[in-house]
Amino acid sequence: MLAKRIIAALDIKEGRVVKGIKFQNIRDAGDPIELAKRYEEEGIDEIVFLDITASYEKRQILLDLVKRIAEEIYVPFTVGGGIKSVEEIREIIKSGADKVFLNTAAVDNPTLISEVAKVVGSANLVIAIDAKWNGKFWEVYTHGGRKARGIDAVEWAKEVECLGAGEILLTSMDTDGTQEGFDIPLTKAIVEAVDIPVIASGGAGSPEHFYDAFEIGASAALAASIFHYGKYTVRELKEYLARRGVNVRLE
Amino acid sequence: MIAIVDLGIGNLANVRKALGGVITSDPYEIERADKIVLPGVGNFGAVMKRLEPLKGTILDAINEGKPFLGICLGMQLLFEWSEESEGKGLEVFKGNVVKFKGVRVPHIGWNQVFPAKECPLFEGIKNGSYFYFVHSYYVNPQDKEVIAAITDYESKGNKVVFPSAVCKDNVFGVQFHPEKSSKNGLKLLENFRRL
Repeated sequence: MLAKRIIAALDIKEGRVVKGIKFQNIRDAGDPIELAKRYEEEGIDEIVFLDITASYEKRQILLDLVKRIAEEIYVPFTVGGGIKSVEEIREIIKSGADKVFLNTAAVDNPTLISEVAKVVGSANLVIAIDAKWNGKFWEVYTHGGRKARGIDAVEWAKEVECLGAGEILLTSMDTDGTQEGFDIPLTKAIVEAVDIPVIASGGAGSPEHFYDAFEIGASAALAASIFHYGKYTVRELKEYLARRGVNVRLE
Repeated sequence: MIAIVDLGIGNLANVRKALGGVITSDPYEIERADKIVLPGVGNFGAVMKRLEPLKGTILDAINEGKPFLGICLGMQLLFEWSEESEGKGLEVFKGNVVKFKGVRVPHIGWNQVFPAKECPLFEGIKNGSYFYFVHSYYVNPQDKEVIAAITDYESKGNKVVFPSAVCKDNVFGVQFHPEKSSKNGLKLLENFRRL
């Protein structure tokens, strides 16, 4: 049976992990490879690297990092953050990333989704959607959550699926950072609207939260802080889920 | 020496790291190798076209009895043809490659692999171990004897049971990505390396 996936997210700036990491026994918490290896050892199913490097000139640092990750890490990984062109995506995939994700550029130019899907295949293309409830509908935000776009996230999810997205990485801006649980109504609405896998993101604080997301049909759930701060190890989380009857990869 | 056939798509750094060997598209190097790995990402027809100049070399090596491992599309290419596109595969095995129907496509993620017969690739790997998959098509061998392992994929209330590994004599194929399957994948690659 296909397992529900647990995904760890790492924010990268100029080739280093940023955001507080409080791991013990890690020589250098800023080294993405060391952290990724630790997650792999604990049983993570996938890793997402979000590049928040502001300047385009420093992109080469990311490509070098992707090459190193591809050589050292034996679980699939996704790279994204500020990607605008098919050319950049080609380079990232060529450097060894399994998948890429697009967010702002896809909203600005939806045809980019089909262009990219043609080049790298739908299975390797994730569309990240950041959404926030505006009283009437879940509204799509771009530019790292700074810009409201007036688009209904449910409609947008259907459109990206039609255009060739292979997966949706759905982040709720209402729950992100709260550690009070994933946005279940939003996640449920998107899962029911599309056939492609949906990754729930934003708000994970405890193992129950993952259970709730899988119960309503999310294929995967992503978290950062819960793992970074060592609140729960991936293994503890998976053991909990297995006890509650969720099919996870535990070995 | 193991030749990892490079078709210019995707990065094979961790396949090489796990197996040793060289990443190459040079027919002479492939001819000299004592084992061949054919990884594959992309479209059946397009990749087969890129493979055309190496087809003879690869088939000779297989006929000489050299161990051969096809990964993902590299496994599908062992068959006669695919629903994905026109053109012939390597035709080492009889049968074709078909698209998933009635389930969410692509099939992405970690799924369980159940051996269907003795196969040295799975030595020391537990029955029902998880491997990482990402694909929309799967092989449909005419001779069911070549099926080395099966996997079931259930979604939207439908279930498809498909061959996730094949093996016959010196020829092996796996639908999943051992190079992305953490410890089990490394074990499988190690088993191939030691053949």
